[in-house]
Formats: sequence, structure tokens, C-alpha cells
Amino acid sequence: MSEPAKITLEVQRYHPEQDSGPRWQRYTVPYTAEMSVLEGLQYIKDHLDGSLTFRWSCRMAICGSCGCMIDGEPELACHVFLRDYAPGPVRVAALDHFPIQRDLVIDHSDFLEKLETVHSYLIPAEERTPADGTHRQTPQAMADYYDYAQCINCLLCYAACPQYGWHPDFAGPAALALLQRYNLDDRDGGHRLRERVIDAEQGVWGCTLVGYCSEVCPKGVDPARAINQNKAGSAARYLLGWWRPGRRRGEDRE
Amino acid sequence: MQAMEQVDCDLVVVGGGGAGLRAAIAAAEQDPGLRVALVSKVVPMRSHTVAAEGGAAGVAREDDSLDGHFNDTVTGGDWLCDQDVVERFVAECTAEMVQLEQWGCPWSRQEDGRIHVRFFGGMTTQRSWYAADKTGFHMLHTLFQTSLRYPGIQRYDEYFCADLLVDDGAVCGVLALEIASGEPVCFTAPAVVLATGGAGRVYGQNTNAGIVTGEGMAMAHAHGVALRDMEFVQWHPTTLPGSGILITEGCRGEGGVLTNRDGRRYLQDYGLGPTEPWPRPKAMELGPRDRLSQAFWYEDQAGRTIATAQGSAVQLDLRHLGEARILERLPMITEVARRYAGVDPVCTPIPVRPAVHYTMGGIPTDARGAAPLDGLFAAGECASTGIHGANRLGSNSLAELLVFGRAAGQAAAEHARSAKRRRQGVLERLAGEALAPRLELLRNERGERLAVLRGELHRIMEQGVGIFRNEQGLDEACRALAALRERLAGGIRLDDRSRTYNTEWLTAMEFQASLQVAETMAWSARARRESRGAHVRNDAYDQRDDERFLVHTLAHPGDGSGPVIEHVPVTITRSTPRRRAYGAEGEGSA
Ligand SMILES: Cc1cc2nc3c(=O)[nH]c(=O)nc-3n(C[C@H](O)[C@H](O)[C@H](O)COP(=O)(O)OP(=O)(O)OC[C@H]3O[C@@H](n4cnc5c(N)ncnc54)[C@H](O)[C@@H]3O)c2cc1C
Ligand code: SF4
Ligand code: FES
Repeated sequence: MSEPAKITLEVQRYHPEQDSGPRWQRYTVPYTAEMSVLEGLQYIKDHLDGSLTFRWSCRMAICGSCGCMIDGEPELACHVFLRDYAPGPVRVAALDHFPIQRDLVIDHSDFLEKLETVHSYLIPAEERTPADGTHRQTPQAMADYYDYAQCINCLLCYAACPQYGWHPDFAGPAALALLQRYNLDDRDGGHRLRERVIDAEQGVWGCTLVGYCSEVCPKGVDPARAINQNKAGSAARYLLGWWRPGRRRGEDRE
Repeated sequence: MQAMEQVDCDLVVVGGGGAGLRAAIAAAEQDPGLRVALVSKVVPMRSHTVAAEGGAAGVAREDDSLDGHFNDTVTGGDWLCDQDVVERFVAECTAEMVQLEQWGCPWSRQEDGRIHVRFFGGMTTQRSWYAADKTGFHMLHTLFQTSLRYPGIQRYDEYFCADLLVDDGAVCGVLALEIASGEPVCFTAPAVVLATGGAGRVYGQNTNAGIVTGEGMAMAHAHGVALRDMEFVQWHPTTLPGSGILITEGCRGEGGVLTNRDGRRYLQDYGLGPTEPWPRPKAMELGPRDRLSQAFWYEDQAGRTIATAQGSAVQLDLRHLGEARILERLPMITEVARRYAGVDPVCTPIPVRPAVHYTMGGIPTDARGAAPLDGLFAAGECASTGIHGANRLGSNSLAELLVFGRAAGQAAAEHARSAKRRRQGVLERLAGEALAPRLELLRNERGERLAVLRGELHRIMEQGVGIFRNEQGLDEACRALAALRERLAGGIRLDDRSRTYNTEWLTAMEFQASLQVAETMAWSARARRESRGAHVRNDAYDQRDDERFLVHTLAHPGDGSGPVIEHVPVTITRSTPRRRAYGAEGEGSA
């Protein structure tokens, strides 16, 4: 085989014990057509510089570990390929809007807390035990929430969201999509609990409708749509000032 | 030295994959006052369980039975299963699937809203619960999100567990490193559940996530627990060369075929035919994984594979299904092939080859998840409960995470309430002793590069402890692993000596564990002078030998010159060994 092609990666470095701020470092790596940007980073770590620090695990775009800014766009490093950045150089940086722990590793604890505050779990409409068997849920009923259930918590949408950049209190796209995922599930009865989150200033009203979050989502979750659905519901609640108990769940969609 | 941070709790669960989360929830449910620490080197939803695609077994149809699930499991395991445990397992799977549904898992449904179950390799009927082609993903996220409801569960995300603390024959906590700061933390508890997953990364070609490096097994082993049945390693027959990314059985279930360089459906030459009608269960491309992987090996030896930049491969051909069907039924695989292999399965076959997929062996436990060390429990892929025998059936392991995760969580919770606690001074001493050699790694001035040592481990295992084994190759592998252990003792030289988020340091510790686990695999394989399930020899021992080897292997730690092997009986209750037959020959047999 002929000499492998080479590409230069310009990687953002930051070590809190040593650096006063982020800096850039260049590495040149050989690559083949199948190599992802993540594999480029792994090549650097294995052969050129073991101190380069980044998260990864599944290397197949499902665990959500490896988000970073690649040529300025939020991407999963394992899901984009060096072939598409040739001849380079390609710039790899930590995800925007998060504090950096080291190099490409961001501090995601804020998001993990938000997941809890939006009650992103099923709050059963009625108590059941395994002896009662499964709920019936038609494929159509599932379709109501299914897209929102595809979120891998990769945080690319947060890096895309200017509002989150300015106001880190904002619950943000993925957390609100997951909130909506359970609100639209006909097995769930946790609506009212989640309304408090939605209506708060950090809830849906933080969103200024940029929509970039949905564009960058690698899993087609469309968090912007989830937020909009909730804005409609929240506005109605604000105007009416009361809640009609007999209303079917899911009625406030779009 | 300044005092080490200490976290006092009642139960430590190490691992936030399917098994660890299920265990933590079970413990918190049973005993809401219990202080459960969930320690994981990645945030739980990043765990490897997330990557499972196919399904989770649990009898659901009128025309199916627990006996059916039992028989498929024991036959598939080539009779090395502990049948008492299998009986308990199959009886509990379905309730666990239902429980998960009630926690919100979006299992795929029929039109009328009932659950859908599907075929999965090795199961004779539709028994696999699935959530589109993201079963593990949905299970893991459901479990993770459900765990948020239990205030008793305190998460320690991105804490690397470095060692168990054992005093006077009983577990009393773990030493962990907070990854962000590199600072040690001593977790004290009278009960520990290890749910650290498998060890597939011991091999170079594997389907596993990067974190699957075997520390749980290695930690238990280092404290005297003999690992069981470690020679049984499952290869998945269809993965992308190089990356090892899995191309699911689903493709073959839909009618995909495997062809060699000459375009021949070569599986018919290995007793898996005839080719028609297709698809049909347990034949040709839907034969058992071990047989498919072995057939690849022969084709490769005979020069009938194709060469790719990442090694040899055969072709997984979907083209005859037509574009519409491919896109509708196999969207995820189409995406994966387009991106990761750079081929469009609508017009080009996908190059595939076998890669290591699953470790059947592990920390031996009873049906309650208790390991042979007081206070230690294990669940999930790191455990050897006895249900997989010599070969795991697809979709039994996701079920295992739930059934035995729960059992271990409950048993550990009970134990935690009754066991006595250690004195403060003892814990401090143990934690300090465990920490010292780990810190030493940061100080080494001399030594080899990690990637070099790891490359050598992969070479040894692929070559000597691969799809086919033989006496000479295994001797050589055992020797080479010992030599590698010597090299490791000579030092690893890290580029990174700092404490903050030092992943190179963690990788070095993972590597130490992997090597230790690899030795138990090689030595166990050498001692099993027969062929059974996933352990296949191409020397004088190419047949199953029930007279001598219907036994479990135990790999004890030994005295430093390698593991010491012992064989112990298998529990057989009602199914006596028969031949495993597939293809035309197997039709009509159970
Ligand atoms: C691609 C793929 C597809 C699969 N498909 C199926 C399928 O369809 N059906 C099926 O039944 N099975 C399937 N399997 C197998 C199944 O997914 C695994 O056996 C199972 O998910 C393992 O779960 P676990 O909870 O034991 O471990 P994991 O999910 O691997 O979790 C291990 C946990 O332990 C933690 N951990 C490990 N070491 C440490 C340490 N030193 N310190 C702190 N924490 C640590 C990790 O952070 C992680 O949270 C598949 C496997 C693969 C590779
Ligand atoms: S909504 Fe999409 S981009 Fe945002 S975290 Fe979820 S998967 Fe990632
Ligand atoms: S490594 Fe898992 S998403 Fe990229």
C-alpha cells in the first residue's frame, strides 16, 4: 500500500494546574477513509502525546461521551470522519458553554442536576406492580413521545444554544425534551409536578427560538419542538390561571 | 500525607450499567433508609449496556414456555450451565421486563398496544423483548432515569474504583479515585456489589466500548476469588474490520446472507445448510455465533476472504432485499455501514469479520449474586452466575442484568444491615496500602509506552487464545503473557504525571487489570482439553469430553507464576448432555 494520507489536527488544550487559559496544539496523524475524528484523537494519545485528554467510550454514537466543537460545530467526535475534513487542518475544541475540566473534557454536572429537576422519569399515572402486567400502549401513542426518548445526553444542543451560553440557569434543550418525553407518555401522571419547571423563568421562557439545538442533534430529537409545545401549554396556563383536571394528556401539543 | 477523604455508606455498587443500576434500585427499594453509593468510572448512561441493540429474553407468548427458555439456554451453553440457576433465571425474566415497562421503557409494541417479542439467534421461538434496534440504550436510560427517584442512591459519577478493601476475609469498602481531581476516596461499607461489566477489550478486535477492561474481575481475583470459566469468550461473527462495530444479527434475520470472496454462501460447507428456504431459524446465517465465527476462520485459512485495509473479511450482502426494505427494517445498520465502513448496503455488501463480543466467565456467584468472599456480590457481565455455560445465547445477558442485578442488590442490602463494621484505623491502613502502588505509576521515570504493551497483549490473545485454540498456541500464549507481566513490572512510562483528569493514568490501571484477566483466560483454556461451546480446539481435543470436562474451571490467583487451575462440578438437574445440532440436522431437535 502507498503512504497513508496525513491530516493535521489543531486541538484545544487546557490544564488547570498549568495553564492560565486554553491554548492550541497541532498534531499530524496518518488516516484512512474509515477513521473518525475520535480515532484521530486516539492516535495522538497512543503515539504522540499521552496527556491529551478527552472522553469516549462506545465509539459508535450512542453513549454520548465524545461531544466537542469540530471546526466550530458541535459534533460527536466518533460520528464525523477525518476524510471529510481533508486536507485539514481540523480544529477540535471543548464543547461551548461549559466549564472546561481539562483539554476537551467539560464539566457536565450542571446538566445532570437539571435532569433531576425536570423529573425525567416516569411518574406512574396509577400504581402498578409487575403482577398487573404491562400497560397497553399503541404504536401511535408511543409515537407521541418516541423521538424525545432518543436523547443520548450528548449536550451538543447546549453547546449550540446561545441562551444557555448567556444564562446557564436555563433548563436547556435536552432537559426540556426529556421533560416533554414523559409528559407525552400516556402511562405518566407527573404533569403538574413538571409544570412548575416549565413555567419558571429558567423553563421554556428562557428559549428565544433560535432552533440551532435541533439542527445539531445527532439523534433527531428536535428539542426546539419540545420547547415550543410547552410554551403553548404554559401560555394557556398563564392566561387561564387554572388547570382543567379532565383534560387528556397530550392535548396541548403544538 | 494528608488524611484521605472517606465516604461512609451501607452498600457500594461499583458500576452504573444495567446490572449496577438495577442492583442499586433494588437495594433502595427494599430498604429505603440504606445509604447506597453508586460508583462508576463513567456517568451511568455512558455505560456499555447502552450499545446493546438486539433484545432481552423473557417468555411472553402463549405458545412459549419456561421449559423452552430453559432448554434453549442449556443447549446453547453446551450443558455447562448450572441448571438450578437457569431455572430460577428463566422464571424471573418476564417479571423484570414488565417492571422495566412500568418504569417507562419503550418496548416495541403490536398494533393493539401489547408488547412485541421477536426471534433472536439460538432461541427457538419469539422471546426477545426489544426497543427498535436500541434495546440496551432504552433499558439503560430507563434504569438511569428511574434511579433518580431514589434519594437513598448517592451517585459518584466518574470515580474510578481502584481496589477492594478486604480485612480478615471480609469486604469492608473500596478505594476509588475521583477522576476530575485524581484524589483518592475511601468508601466504607460492609457490602459491595461489583457490576463492572465484561473484559472484551483484552482482545484487539472486539465489539465492546472502550471502558470494558475487566477491573471488577481483576479486583476480586487479586483478593483471592477464583474466576470461573474464563476460557469461554464469545466472538460475534459480523463486525466491521478494525473498529469492531457490531452489525446485528437482525440483518441476517431479515434475510441478509454471508458470502466469501467467490460469492458463495460458504456456511453450507460447514454443516449449516441447506441454503433454502431462507431465512429460517438456527440454520445458515442464523446458526449459532460460535459456528459462524469458526467458519470464517476456515475460510480465512483457505484464502477465500477478501482483504481490507483493516484485515480480512467476508461479505454481508443485503442487496437482494431491495432499497425500500433495507431502509425501513434496518435503518440503524444502514447508517452505521454508510458512515463507519463507507459502504452503502443498498448497492455494496458490507465487509464483516468476527470480533470478541462477550465474556461468559467471571466472578462466581450463587443465585443471589453472592461471591465467595464475605460481603462481596457481583452481577452482570463481570459475574459468572452459571447461566451461560460455555456459550451465551443472544438476549440472555440483558435479561441477566435485570434478574441478577436485582437479586444481588437485595441480598447485598440484607447483608449490609447485618454485617459488622470495621474500625476506623483498619480502613485507613487498608486504603493507604491500596493507594501506594497506584500513585507509584505516576512517578515511574522509566518504562514502556502503554500503547505498545497493550498492542502486545492484543497480539498474544488474538493469536494464542482466539477462535480456535491448541496446546502449542496456548503454551506460547501463557508464556508470552508471563513475559508481558514482567515487562509491565519494569514500568509503564506515562506522558502525563498530573492528577487532574489523568486518563492515561486510568488506562494504565485498566491495562494491569486486563492483563491479569487475560492470564486467567489463557490458563483456563489450556487446562480445558476438550472442545465445548465457544472454546474450540483444533488439536487432539477437538471433541466435547463429558467424562472429564463436564466441569467448571476455577482460575485461582496462584503465587505469582500464573493462575492455578481447578475443575469443579456443574449442577445438572434435569437436562443431560446431548449433541448440539444445527442446520438440517438440527431441525426437529430441541
Ligand atoms: C455491541 C453489543 C451489543 C449487544 N447486544 C446485546 C443484546 O442484544 N442482547 C443481550 O442480551 N446482550 C447484548 N450484549 C451484551 C450486553 O450488552 C452486556 O453484557 C451488558 O450490557 C453488560 O452490562 P453490565 O451492566 O454488566 O456492564 P456495563 O454496561 O459494561 O457497565 C459496566 C459499568 O461498570 C463501571 N465500571 C467498570 N469498571 C469500573 C471501575 N474500575 N471503576 C468504576 N466503575 C467501573 C462502568 O463505568 C460501567 O458503568 C451486547 C454487547 C455488545 C458489545
Ligand atoms: S437533544 Fe440531541 S443534541 Fe441534545 S443532548 Fe439529546 S441527543 Fe444530544
Ligand atoms: S464515543 Fe460514544 S458517542 Fe462517541
